[in-house]
Amino acid sequence: MENKVSSACETCSQFNAKGLKKLGVNTDNFDFVVALAGNPNTGKSTVFNALTGLRQHTGNWPGKTVVRAEGAFEYNSQKFKLLDLPGTYSLLSTSQDEEIARNFILFGKPDVTVIVVDTSRLERNLNLVLQILEITDKAILCLNFMDEAKRGNIKIDVRTLARDLGIPVVPTSARYSEGIPDLIHTINEVATGKIICRPHQIKNVPKNIEVAVKKLSSEIKKQFPSIPNSRWIAFRLLEGDTHIIDALKTGELV
Amino acid sequence: MNKNAIDNIIALSSELRWKIGDDFHDGLAEGIYADASEIANASISTDNEKKRFRLDSKIDKIVTSKTWGFPIMFLILGMILWLTILGANYPSSMLASLLLDNIHPALKSFATTIGAPWWLDGFLIDGVYLAVAWVIAVMLPPMAIFFPMFTLLEDFGYLPRVAFNLDYMFKKSGAHGKQALTMSMGFGCNAAGVVATRIIDSPRERLIAIITNNFSLCNGRWPTQILIATIFIGAVVPASFSAFASLFAVIGIAVLGIFFMFFTSWALTKTVLKGEVSTFNLELPPYRPPRFWKTIYTSIIDRTLIVLWRAILFAAPAGAVIWLISNIYIGNESVATWTINSLDGFGFLLGMNGVILLAYIVAIPANEIVIPTILMLTVMATGIVGGVGTGVMFELDSVNATGDILRAGGWTLLTAVNLMLFSLLHNPCSTTIYTIYKETKSAKWTTVASVLPLIMGFVITFLVAQIWRLVF
Repeated sequence: MENKVSSACETCSQFNAKGLKKLGVNTDNFDFVVALAGNPNTGKSTVFNALTGLRQHTGNWPGKTVVRAEGAFEYNSQKFKLLDLPGTYSLLSTSQDEEIARNFILFGKPDVTVIVVDTSRLERNLNLVLQILEITDKAILCLNFMDEAKRGNIKIDVRTLARDLGIPVVPTSARYSEGIPDLIHTINEVATGKIICRPHQIKNVPKNIEVAVKKLSSEIKKQFPSIPNSRWIAFRLLEGDTHIIDALKTGELV
Repeated sequence: MNKNAIDNIIALSSELRWKIGDDFHDGLAEGIYADASEIANASISTDNEKKRFRLDSKIDKIVTSKTWGFPIMFLILGMILWLTILGANYPSSMLASLLLDNIHPALKSFATTIGAPWWLDGFLIDGVYLAVAWVIAVMLPPMAIFFPMFTLLEDFGYLPRVAFNLDYMFKKSGAHGKQALTMSMGFGCNAAGVVATRIIDSPRERLIAIITNNFSLCNGRWPTQILIATIFIGAVVPASFSAFASLFAVIGIAVLGIFFMFFTSWALTKTVLKGEVSTFNLELPPYRPPRFWKTIYTSIIDRTLIVLWRAILFAAPAGAVIWLISNIYIGNESVATWTINSLDGFGFLLGMNGVILLAYIVAIPANEIVIPTILMLTVMATGIVGGVGTGVMFELDSVNATGDILRAGGWTLLTAVNLMLFSLLHNPCSTTIYTIYKETKSAKWTTVASVLPLIMGFVITFLVAQIWRLVF
């Protein structure tokens, strides 16, 4: 039943297992904020529990996490505060649970966003991944449920995927704690700037829209040079998103 | 911040939006999907992905089919209840004999030894301790069986299928299909069910889900239903069928609750909460074999003990209150007796009695303590010997003894049926009321959610009592 494969990372000098401390709910004085995002039912809460040692309720149904849960872990004497966001299929809709996730990624400006996906349903999950990559350039893709994917004979070329997305990709089976050491290590590298992401930008946009987006986003950049995700804001303005208009006015985005 | 610059940007964006026209959203969405598909094709290779989906869809074809969907649902619910009723009996009576028959007298004699005044010893040991002990003995075993089984089902992925099966009925009643999920959570705890309504996007449909969550028979009410059904319904049929009869009675009440949930949703949609039913996508997740022992462990540690702790927190002061109202006298009558007598007339109209109504007032904090309160008050009001003393909450060792006391208190089959109905249809517990207020931030809707089921309870039990008395 339980096949615990010890990860090579645990023995590698790069990964310092002794440097890891699960801190549970003690989230004081953190150095970095890490957000867990992803489609519903991809095992975010299980990853959250594996990282923090907490026992956030998990269950096999979409929409189980409705409030964001917080926890923390310490790695190499840096404290990471972890947020388990409600699952969402996209960042383009308006339900309350999706809004919590979207607002946090956009306004909370996490140091690292770990995007958890169900490996067997990667293509559909990429829809959200690509949207998040328009917002933040510090992201990690966590290929969860690798055990199920293997059973289904689904093979993922992790290096190609990482190159195409421009962010690190870490395969895990969080239910069996596989790949978690590697994930912690990668979170640390991205947070401390040792890994620089060059995230994919949505390419197959119709010509007329692309022209409009370019025009608008360069205007935004000119006025607010400090905004990192002008392209996403342009997308939202063209959609007529009143939240974003308000946020621009109040200066929340800068 | 340059206000002009922002206005320029907004003006530019609306100008561009006009130029693009209506296609923006679809164009962008298609662009994202095209990118996703390119990236996926470059890195995914698969041999027989379809095989696994085939097994999943085979299971789905059966459990969500028109013919088998509902029977399977009731079968699973029935099995879980059956195992809970059967399995909880032994540990319950063991705990009861330990906590009530052994530790309680030991505490009493200890109190006598150290010479504690009668009121302190009564207040603490007969009031607070007994209430807590009773709640542990009665609640812990069924919860420790019910919650893990429910969690296993949840981890397996069955709940979204329930939502799928019920979707059509929710749509008919003008409510959101995801209400099936929050309803299921309510069968564990209504407060949890109310919080879970956040998955519903539309405020109108969310409000309906919050108001009607109370119709899901919660964990605190299952033991009442099971006990009363065993004593009174089981006794009507030959002994060999009595277990089945009581099981069906309990399931019947649960199903009636679902019916009232649909009915109230429909009534609200037609009156104060008019509106369109919103559409949504429900993903049927893959079936996943649960990690058995881990699930058992976490559901006992996290769910069972947390709910139990809450019950204890509320039971302790309630025990104290019961002891106090039974021992504080106005003239010749204790406060409890006085209240029971003044509620008796109204109770009779509802086919119940003053004892039951007073018990429900005392038990507002936690439904779990209704039965012990009723027993204690019955003994006191009728003067039967069998209890431990004035204002002492107790649980009788055998179900028969409990039945004898209740019958001596003037209980009939009608009283039992109406108590079961009233246990389904009354105000939510104080935790749930507080949660509703926190979620809706509206005193008005909190009041509606609290009073509406109570009124329905009065009306239904009144009608049942009148018809019953006409017929029999």
